[in-house]
Amino acid sequence: MKSLVKIMPKKGVLDPQGKAIEKSLNQLGFSQIKEVTQGKIIEIELDCNNEVDAREILENASNKLLANLVIEDYEITFPKED
Amino acid sequence: MKISVIVFPGSNCDRDISVSLKKFSNKDPLMVWHRETSLPDSDLIVLPGGFSYGDYLRCGSMAANSPIMNEVKKSSEKGSAVLGICNGFQILTESGLLPGTLIRNKGLSFLCKNTPLKVENNNSIFTKNYKDNDIINIPIAHNEGNYFASEDVIKKIEDKNLVAFRYCDYNGDIDVANNPNGSLNNIAGIINENGNVLGMMPHPERATDRVAGLSDGEKFFTSIIESLK
Repeated sequence: MKSLVKIMPKKGVLDPQGKAIEKSLNQLGFSQIKEVTQGKIIEIELDCNNEVDAREILENASNKLLANLVIEDYEITFPKED
Repeated sequence: MKISVIVFPGSNCDRDISVSLKKFSNKDPLMVWHRETSLPDSDLIVLPGGFSYGDYLRCGSMAANSPIMNEVKKSSEKGSAVLGICNGFQILTESGLLPGTLIRNKGLSFLCKNTPLKVENNNSIFTKNYKDNDIINIPIAHNEGNYFASEDVIKKIEDKNLVAFRYCDYNGDIDVANNPNGSLNNIAGIINENGNVLGMMPHPERATDRVAGLSDGEKFFTSIIESLK
């Protein structure tokens, strides 16, 4: 099954990349854009057919490697396959 | 004295650190590939600078999960000294051997320059030959050297005097203006509570050859070698 792990900087952690993108967009005239935060999405294909087990595996993987909990939060989702 | 230098795919300061260690200890360090599952008895284990695994995901994150790191952890628990420089510091935080983490430099630029540091704690095996508050000139070369930790962790580090080096100016003033990368409290290097693990972003091994211009890293290596004899 297909899954997405979304990893974002925690609130309050300096995100210089997000800030740089934000400044650049403002300079391009996007004055309505107020705040940009940059994270990452990791797409994972799992050999598993139920979401409960898949979530457990991915939480384990996120805690161990994919995210650094000092500075990042993660969110696991299972998009519907077309 | 037995020294092991761990080599990861993408390490690039492993030879520099070996040259410096040999210069002061007169012994060739053992180079240990990261896939090894055993580590010979070592008084000192070094995680060198570089770009292990191309800095993919987060700097040091993949290297921190290399097979050899289990052995490095075991040895550090038994009291071996562990030194992580630059990428090595990132690997130490990612593996949990040191608290906090290193995020992208505040100014987003890769920084490569000589940087004054203040010796904040000379009561360690890594710094004992310096005087407290010595100002030393050591190069930095990094993109992710911005030390970050939660408020609680920073408080603990400060209360227990675990900061080894801080970024400063050549007069020793520590403030925002002379903080190259945005590190909290200008932290350039920290020691663990047991005093046997040190991580630092600056490269003392690049300041041990007078012909090349800098020599302030010499006391760093003599401190370690004399302490572990």
